Amino acid sequence: MTVRVGDAAQALDFPEAAKKQLANAQMRRNVRHATDVIRAKRNRVAAEMPDWEALRESARHIKAHTLRYLDTYLEQFEKACTAAGGKVHWAKDADEANAIITAIINSHGEKEVIKIKTMTSDEIRLNPALEAAGITPFETDLADLIVQLGHDQPSHIVVPALHRNKIEIRQLFLEKMQLETLGDKPEDLTDAARRYLREKFLRVKVGIGGANFAIAETGSVCVVESEGNGRMCLTLPQIFISLVGIEKIIPKFSDLEVFLQLLPRSATGERMNPYNSIWTGVSASDGPKEFHVVLLDNGRSEILADPKTRQTLQCIRCAACLNVCPVYRQTGGHAYGSIYSGPIGAIVTPQLQSMQHSQSLPYASSLCGACYDACPVKINIPEVLIELRGKVVAAGDAPASEKIAMKAASFALASSHRLAAAQKLTRIAQWPFVHDGTINKLPGLLAPWSETRNMRAVPAESFREWWKRRRKDQHP
Amino acid sequence: MLISLFITCYNDTLFPDTGKAVVTVLERLGHTVEFREAQTCCGQMHYNTGYQKEAFPLMRHFLEVFRGAEIICVPSASCVAMIREHFPVMAADSGDLKLIAEVNGLLPRVFEFTELLVDKLGVTDVGAFFPHPVTFHTSCHSLRSLHVGDKPLRLLKNVRGLKLTELPDSDQCCGFGGTFAIKNAPVSSAMLADKITCILKTNAEVCTAGDNSCLMHIDGGLTRQNAPVKCMHIAEILAATERGNNPRDRQ
Repeated sequence: MTVRVGDAAQALDFPEAAKKQLANAQMRRNVRHATDVIRAKRNRVAAEMPDWEALRESARHIKAHTLRYLDTYLEQFEKACTAAGGKVHWAKDADEANAIITAIINSHGEKEVIKIKTMTSDEIRLNPALEAAGITPFETDLADLIVQLGHDQPSHIVVPALHRNKIEIRQLFLEKMQLETLGDKPEDLTDAARRYLREKFLRVKVGIGGANFAIAETGSVCVVESEGNGRMCLTLPQIFISLVGIEKIIPKFSDLEVFLQLLPRSATGERMNPYNSIWTGVSASDGPKEFHVVLLDNGRSEILADPKTRQTLQCIRCAACLNVCPVYRQTGGHAYGSIYSGPIGAIVTPQLQSMQHSQSLPYASSLCGACYDACPVKINIPEVLIELRGKVVAAGDAPASEKIAMKAASFALASSHRLAAAQKLTRIAQWPFVHDGTINKLPGLLAPWSETRNMRAVPAESFREWWKRRRKDQHP
Repeated sequence: MLISLFITCYNDTLFPDTGKAVVTVLERLGHTVEFREAQTCCGQMHYNTGYQKEAFPLMRHFLEVFRGAEIICVPSASCVAMIREHFPVMAADSGDLKLIAEVNGLLPRVFEFTELLVDKLGVTDVGAFFPHPVTFHTSCHSLRSLHVGDKPLRLLKNVRGLKLTELPDSDQCCGFGGTFAIKNAPVSSAMLADKITCILKTNAEVCTAGDNSCLMHIDGGLTRQNAPVKCMHIAEILAATERGNNPRDRQ
């Protein structure tokens, strides 16, 4: 099959990758600190909204409705965008999208592009595809720039360089921007990035970006950001290309009212993003003279076809679920082996790959539900995780020892007589492991438990045995 | 009132004292408790691990066992969440209208132990005495699925002698997550380490919760470190009186 999400098909299984990441104390401190800060801000600005829950419900409705009629809205978008002077392309997978974008750039004989806010381009591995065609991509979002310069991978959906602290970033800039000196205050670092990027904004003729929303009614595309580098990319180049996953469509311009309240608050804890860019086709007086939209499927139609997991496509990539996830907060994003990390990554990545890869991801959760509570579009992530676990088991891909244990348990639990017998059997079988009523080394499948945790021995009398005895005592 | 007890499979096997404590509390309040001996398990472990097919007959068995029971008391929030959230999904998936109706009829009769006391029986003082500093761990299922809110805390605050200390970061998962604790043991252990740090900060002698599954996990970490904190299900604290802390003493 076509590999759909970056390098995810080659990634380590989550438990193994997580173990590696857990050993990186500096990264864990960075992630803990950053998610603490964003979470506190998000909680503050969400709490001040009297209609927060109503907004969430409204957003869920709009997204669910749009997905139900996605075909109609996509065609409406194409029509409106074309009428406004844009050109819409349809890409069924990563290869098609990369070919379309490369062809557009080649048709102008350009060899460089500036990029802003497009995770989807990482999904389809656009940068390597461009480089293979002799085109140099420059990331201009500060965090994406840090990741690109460090030949690193993004570790967070909204804050891709969250795993790096300012000392590490200073070192990277000194080296890669070939600077003589550089301070380590945030202002010094942004100043260096600004000087580095301004020159590219003024020189490069082609811009590539993603989309937060694509509006069917007007054919407009909307991008929100904090730095203004996006605004540079959207206004200075002659040619601009938007790479848009088909799930980014919303029906009406007025729907932005809901999403532009929810997104910044959920993503960065801001009431409003510093830069909100919305544009429609091309305009003679301002901005790019040529505008392309590449609508990308790349597995999304398959997700849409499953009524139980389709809510995955409601995601607006705010990453609120990452910031509250106790698993993500321990491991950081790289453990997920995909640009889509955290709870949402654990449901997006395996599905985009038709459950052929990343099968350990649906199990990378304690199902604590913090993600569902935080999600501004109310994706029931735990429910989807469980559904995907069911798909892994149904495909026969669960570990053999687990399958046997589960079968044995369901046999034992089928009747109370069997359960009582199993309880007696366990009490006998456990004796070699019990010391002072405690087990500190468990055998077989359960061994990972006792690496860090004790287990109380099964007591001499079960509740049901006690109940029987008590009843006999009361009514001899 | 006749209250039917769904003890849950792991309480039955591993934590019989919790069941005894529930019986003690409810009988002290003047109710009659029945234990339908054919009961086994709600199917949560199977369902959450992806073995939905194996969970289905367990749901059917549950419905059969508790047919006609007016009030079903469950001393485990995660099992109640399984019943409330996933029984309807399994029933709907089966397309069996009779089964769907049966599940719909079951749900209003199922109560988590503290819900039963506060909501159904209208009691927040159960006459308990437990002279120890205690901290309360809000299990994820009681917090986010059942929305029990401050019900357990109201019950604990009315226990004579009990000094309740607030657990920092109480909304954080302890890292148990059923088979997650085995499949992702290192991450689960890192989450547990954070939880234990918070528990030790409270200087409580006892950590309590409405779920023995979390407590089994927390206790496993505490005893491994020889930490001076005991884990007890909330029912065991509510069962304690001046005459003794151990429900078994009164048998």
